[in-house]
Amino acid sequence: MLDSTLETVDSAEQTATEIANNCGFAEDEVLQIAMAVREAAVNAVLHGNAYDPDKKVKLDFVRTEQDLVITIRDQGKGLDPAKIPDPLAPENLLKTSGRGIFLIRSFMDDVQISPSQTGTEIKLIKHVHARAGGGKEASQ
Amino acid sequence: MNLKTSTRQVDGVNIVDCSGRITLGEGSIVLRDIVKDLLGKGQKKILLNLGDVNYIDSSGIGELVSAYTTVRNQGGELKLLNLTKKVHDLLQITKLYTVFDVKDDETAAVKAFR
Repeated sequence: MLDSTLETVDSAEQTATEIANNCGFAEDEVLQIAMAVREAAVNAVLHGNAYDPDKKVKLDFVRTEQDLVITIRDQGKGLDPAKIPDPLAPENLLKTSGRGIFLIRSFMDDVQISPSQTGTEIKLIKHVHARAGGGKEASQ
Repeated sequence: MNLKTSTRQVDGVNIVDCSGRITLGEGSIVLRDIVKDLLGKGQKKILLNLGDVNYIDSSGIGELVSAYTTVRNQGGELKLLNLTKKVHDLLQITKLYTVFDVKDDETAAVKAFR
């Protein structure tokens, strides 16, 4: 379990980079995965747990035969994906926030957001190519 | 690496050479402070040279948008110079590439300020 701090965000990004590299993803895919994890971690720490020292973030990486599956859980109020405005809508283009989930969806093959009253779980899935080798599981 | 900046003036345009990352936390704050400082001195022509910025997250994108609108609302101009491929691609997918005035030649960029 990780603290709700910016250090957790940086650490999540770094771990994602290492694991994506170990999975054999191409350089640009590693960057995309790491950025998606960073954005999800920012959401968990900042919007979910609101930097509350009593609330934690859980980060899991699982490599299956087909996918790298990254799960990030917070202990916040629960994010309703239906209420996230479209950052590409003309009226939202100049907003200074609200692009995190959009970027996550752009960079990953599948994104599942499961909000509840005890927090939000976001699952980030990237398909592993045939040439990608290795495999690793980790949990923080 | 966190964001580092240095500012120089060319023909009345303030060129802010940026290097490192513009991300949630220190990187975004550094950018906010430099723009606020320039506006406070009445310097409203700002060219952000992002040639050595290798990473921007959604908070950093938000900070660029904030800088752009803040400068514009004060009657100034903010342009971007020398985007790396990563930053260029991010601005493309967020549809901000056409919002910002993006240049890839410093001399032409300086001349483009009114």
